[in-house]
Amino acid sequence: MSEESSMDIDYVANLARIELTAEERQKFQGQLGDVLKYFEKLQEVDVEGVEPTAHAFPRYNVWDEDVAVEGFSSDEALLNAPKARSEQVVVPKVVEE
Amino acid sequence: MSDHSEIFSLTGLEISQGLAEGKFSSEEVTQAFIRRIKEVDEKVHAFLSYDEDDMLEQAKSSDNRRSTGQSLGPLDGVPVCLKDVISAKGQPLTAASKILENYRSPYDATVTVKLKQAGAVVGGRLNLDEFAMGSSTENSAYGPTRNPWDLERVPGGSSGGSSAAVAARETPLTLGSDTGGSIRQPASLCGVVGMKPTYGRVSRYGLAAFASSLDQIGPFSQTVEDAAMLLETISGHDPLDSTSYPASVPGYLNALKGKLQPCKLGLPQEFFGEGMDDEVRKAIDQAIAWYKEQGYEMVEISLPTTDLSVPVYYVIATAEASSNLARYDGIRYTSRSERSENAIDVYSKTRGEGFGEEVKRRCILGAYGLSSGYYDAYYLRAQKTRTLIRNDFEKAFQEVDAILTPTSPTPAFKFGEKSEDPISMYLSDIYTISTNLAGLPGISVPCGFSENGLPIGMQLIGQAFEEEKLLAIAHAYDRELQYGRKQPNL
Repeated sequence: MSEESSMDIDYVANLARIELTAEERQKFQGQLGDVLKYFEKLQEVDVEGVEPTAHAFPRYNVWDEDVAVEGFSSDEALLNAPKARSEQVVVPKVVEE
Repeated sequence: MSDHSEIFSLTGLEISQGLAEGKFSSEEVTQAFIRRIKEVDEKVHAFLSYDEDDMLEQAKSSDNRRSTGQSLGPLDGVPVCLKDVISAKGQPLTAASKILENYRSPYDATVTVKLKQAGAVVGGRLNLDEFAMGSSTENSAYGPTRNPWDLERVPGGSSGGSSAAVAARETPLTLGSDTGGSIRQPASLCGVVGMKPTYGRVSRYGLAAFASSLDQIGPFSQTVEDAAMLLETISGHDPLDSTSYPASVPGYLNALKGKLQPCKLGLPQEFFGEGMDDEVRKAIDQAIAWYKEQGYEMVEISLPTTDLSVPVYYVIATAEASSNLARYDGIRYTSRSERSENAIDVYSKTRGEGFGEEVKRRCILGAYGLSSGYYDAYYLRAQKTRTLIRNDFEKAFQEVDAILTPTSPTPAFKFGEKSEDPISMYLSDIYTISTNLAGLPGISVPCGFSENGLPIGMQLIGQAFEEEKLLAIAHAYDRELQYGRKQPNL
């Protein structure tokens, strides 16, 4: 159990794509350890044969008519983009030369 | 023109009536509330922004409709302000985060469309804990909201701006969102009515998502009647939210007319154990006594999974949050870190700079619970335990019509009291969280004050999609006691 109460904070922060400062890393390590310890309560519950609940009132196969509806113009869609040019979002190069 | 101090104390329905009788115009009403905001919001800080010109323009349109006999209904001309996670076209939506500092909504949320169709004057962006994560508004990147009853204390959260604005009489009606208590807990701490509808009753389209299987939008007001009016306006099936419930909406306001036959109220023994403040207990006992006098039967019930609801909630809510908040990535509609040199930098540096501490903590916790090797032990196990929590409620509702509990274990706490200890902050939602996990409707109704003048709220939990009955039970009490009409001195 105690093993589960600690977390490789750098590994998980990278999964979450969040850069942490050294100060945050140290602070979170302790706080999240406490939270995980608190979560251990769940390991004691007997859930043998119990179906998981994803939604309180699940709905499946919600179909829509296949008709075109009006969407955003590219100007509207790019309104909040931090960098845009020629009706496109500008990002750093992602393919190596 | 009426005196503005006479106007800003009115409820939504009183304003509606005054407009219908020609006592004042919507423009006068809107002016009165803008003046009130200018007078008191420096102290309360319920608003992140408000667009005075836009609000007055909407008010004038309402007055024009009325003068030509084309009024749209009871909300026409009545101001309604929104928690800053609900989209209104052309207006900011910061979610109280730095990462959305310059964002403007390109579209209206479905609730905003419905309010505009009803003629409401929609304006004012209300403060919250960043991305609705928190119970005090201390996690807002733009500074906390202060409780109008005691400026040294928190208003509750995450919808603390929505509750404080109504308590401070800066607007008669607001909307908030509730994922684990974020409407009911701040309503309780600020002495106003706040309601979370059944999951699926109100469309979530245009709400910045936190935990999609738990989030619901709902109303704040001084009275249960006003909450019914506002809920009726925003409810209903929406093709743009495939989790919204495909059924017609009952007339909630009409359901309050006439007298309700006293029914059975359940008291969950697990909620009345340790951890409850003595003054809260006293106020709840008095509310129970009141219902008994009216002929209601009190039934002791058991919700044995109560102590599991907080860990289940935090596993599920953080997992869904880590997934939902992946969209704030520095590419399409957030700010972008100046330091980013490659694609991964854009994500992680933007998010590192743009998110506050609690949001980072929760995204990391959620990513952990979903990560390889831990999924079964955390996320899947939490979802199974969620089933047990639902079953508990189902069993309880075979015996009772509604469940009565306190909304919050304590009245409003002081700034800084819990902000460095996540678990103690998480436990301030202990009475409200299980309702979200089970998808049920819940309402917080003001039921008294502590000795030093802090409001206390009672929570009533109803059966799924039985908001009519729940509102009627709440209104029976609220109509007589009217604690939400009491006003703080500001």
